[in-house]
Amino acid sequence: MTETRQAPAAEAVPQGREPRPRGLGVTGWLRWGWRQLTSMRTALILLFLVALGSVPGSILPQRGQAPERVVEYLDEHRTLGPWLDRLSLFDVFAAPWFAAIYILLFVSLAGCVIPRTRQHWRAMRSQPPAAPRVLSRLPQSARYETDRDAAEVLAEARRLLRGRRFRVADGDGSVAAEKGYLGEIGNLAFHLALLVLLFAVAAGALFGYRGNIVLTEGSGFANSLAYYDQFTPGRQFSPDRLAPFSLRLEDFRADYVKDGERRGQPLDYSATVHYRERPDAPEKTYDLRVNHPLAVGGAKIYLLNHGYAPRFTVRDGQGNVAYRGAMPFLPIETRTYTSEGVIKAPDARPEQLAFQAVFWPTAVADTRNKQVLSAFPAPLNPTVSLMTFKGDLGLDSGTPQSVYRIEGIGKTLQPVRGGARLLRQGETFTLPNGAGSITFDGTQEWISLSVNHDPGRLPALAAAVAAILGVIVSFMVRRRRLWVRATPGKGGRTVVEVGGLTLGNPTAEFEDVVAALRRDEPRAPTGSDDDTEE
Amino acid sequence: MADSDLANLSDQLALGAVLLYVVAMVGYALDLGFGRRRAGSAETERAEREAPAKVLVGTAGAETTETTETAKAAGAPAEGSEDDEPATERDWGRFAVLINVLGWGAHLGMLVTRGWAAERWPWGNMYEFLSAIAFAAVTAFLVVMARYKARFLGAFVMLAAVVALGVATIWLYTPVGPLVPALKSYWIAIHVSAAIVATGAFTVAGVSTVLYMLRSRRPAGETGGGTLALLPGADTLDRLAYKVTMFAFPIWTFAIIAGAIWADEAWGRYWGWDPKEIWSFVTWVIYAGYLHARATAGWKGRRAAVISLLAFAALLFNFFGVNYMFSGLHSYAG
Repeated sequence: MTETRQAPAAEAVPQGREPRPRGLGVTGWLRWGWRQLTSMRTALILLFLVALGSVPGSILPQRGQAPERVVEYLDEHRTLGPWLDRLSLFDVFAAPWFAAIYILLFVSLAGCVIPRTRQHWRAMRSQPPAAPRVLSRLPQSARYETDRDAAEVLAEARRLLRGRRFRVADGDGSVAAEKGYLGEIGNLAFHLALLVLLFAVAAGALFGYRGNIVLTEGSGFANSLAYYDQFTPGRQFSPDRLAPFSLRLEDFRADYVKDGERRGQPLDYSATVHYRERPDAPEKTYDLRVNHPLAVGGAKIYLLNHGYAPRFTVRDGQGNVAYRGAMPFLPIETRTYTSEGVIKAPDARPEQLAFQAVFWPTAVADTRNKQVLSAFPAPLNPTVSLMTFKGDLGLDSGTPQSVYRIEGIGKTLQPVRGGARLLRQGETFTLPNGAGSITFDGTQEWISLSVNHDPGRLPALAAAVAAILGVIVSFMVRRRRLWVRATPGKGGRTVVEVGGLTLGNPTAEFEDVVAALRRDEPRAPTGSDDDTEE
Repeated sequence: MADSDLANLSDQLALGAVLLYVVAMVGYALDLGFGRRRAGSAETERAEREAPAKVLVGTAGAETTETTETAKAAGAPAEGSEDDEPATERDWGRFAVLINVLGWGAHLGMLVTRGWAAERWPWGNMYEFLSAIAFAAVTAFLVVMARYKARFLGAFVMLAAVVALGVATIWLYTPVGPLVPALKSYWIAIHVSAAIVATGAFTVAGVSTVLYMLRSRRPAGETGGGTLALLPGADTLDRLAYKVTMFAFPIWTFAIIAGAIWADEAWGRYWGWDPKEIWSFVTWVIYAGYLHARATAGWKGRRAAVISLLAFAALLFNFFGVNYMFSGLHSYAG
């Protein structure tokens, strides 16, 4: 697939449609198939298939990026959804058919690049090819006469071309020179680097891991599976690869634009965290920000998201504390950080209690629509609205429940009459009929962290840098061949012919060489000109 | 000067740039239409027609495939002759270039004052981004014009720049403001600048390719009437598109890699198949296909040009489509 510049001798044929092998047996067919696969036409088609195959990944929700949206999509498209799923269209970049395309492409690439590397290695060590018979038919050529004898002219040409860092070889009455091997080296390096990149990405995915954790201010975690809310290990991952660090969130701050048109736009997020590399290591402090991950124990920790975790105390009908803590709420509107969440108090007696709540960091009354709004994302006037439920939370049934949702409303859980209330920070709502009370104690913030270990990261970076250097070099350096032939002419003069062949477009170097060769000559009317004039 | 004054100045400079570009566009069009038909172009075409006849006996057998390529290129030096055209009474070309450079200066001023007013790199939202791309395209055109005598592209590049600035000002305008935290990184200067430069250059290559497609419908050398006959030969257009693409492709590659490094800093992974990542990858793959196709027998010429236009379409879609149709990590721009 790297025939960009030069078709290797062995592959001069497969450009067109090759005749199918007849009666060649298995080997013949294999060879034919291999040549088809490594032909440029196939490589081009595979390139387009890769491009085309990626497109559904941007149109349909993907499990790797947004699993919840995939579920939603499947819910909405009951007939189409399962079919798309069968074609792995919600997992395009892990799909077998996508892997088939890129593996074929990379085999095709390897099948082309590796023989070419060998070939180029040989070309670099062998003599530049001898001069063609008729130099004037080359894309660049010049012809002039001189009084100096042939040997002298050739010696001068050799010296000049060597000085210009050409590799020079002597022929019969001629000199052959070649330079610009770096172009092909760059080209090969680019393609080989892409192969390395693929392996690095694959290795990273196999041996690495990625996990998400939600922390509220004051809480912490140790790097073990039990703490992760979501954990995606690579296939070759084993839990003992988890570096034994621990981390605690002290404080999270968000700054917002305070006034003007962009009021409420976030300016900066910053989390003060304390961490230990090992349980016995000294505690260090880090200011975790977006774009400033914390590197610890081979993993990197990123600040992904934040939100509010209002703190409540729930007392049951008997006056006992049934729940006390900060509960992360999910933002439903990021401009104002209006958030919602639930509080579950399974310890409440005689009946279990649950609250569905909306939280406004800066509550203001919208008098026209008789509703509460949040005017600003920072907690200037934190207020919650509560809906109370009592009954059975269903936590003992064994089915796992989301901490963000109440299950069984209307079935096992009944709304409490008169159990809706707007509560400002510090206020207590006493539930009707002596069912208990709930106090809105304060407002904390939570952050979500992504912990990521990818051993392929640095090799991938190195390969990417090599690829870009390779492509630049291959575009900038062109292989040039130049021949000088000197033959005795009429009247004791010597006829000098110069021919040049450059891959791609000719360069001005040829004219420079001719001019340098003729430096000592008086301008002869026979003329040395670019052949386009002829 | 207060930030708001600077911001106003930026908006006025944008308007000035648009007006100057419109005038330059008219100037370039007049130059194409009424400028003296250059002897040079005819010369170029003649050379191009004859060149393939010079069949080279390959020295190593490997050369045969690219002989035609090289031989065609041999016509290149003749291009220079169009510069020697004697000054006509009304030299619309020179006038257009002058106005164009003035417009470019206003455009530069617009970006600088905008960045100054916001106290950051002026590519934090779609308005700024599109303005910068238009600027990169005009810059790329000016460079190409100086290097390859490609004044004939002027009217078309001006049209593209005017449309881009118009769309930016009318539909995408965003008042000066601070960046969202995710964009606060020195990588914005590296990643976004590279993407802007590459997109600007790809735009010039795209314009040249469109003209090539139109021009190559007519067999080379046939001198028919119509506007198309005013353009240089199909091979010149094709070669120019190729050269500019060869410039832009490594920069685009770099933009993607820089984006990956930034993503690794900001989001915890260097590649996550976000819609923007997918489409920049698709764009990259199709341009890679074009670069290969152009050197492959049976694909070069119009087929390769179609691939190049597909790649450009993917590039445009990556800018507009992805930002407005899909939700992803890059969607703060909307």
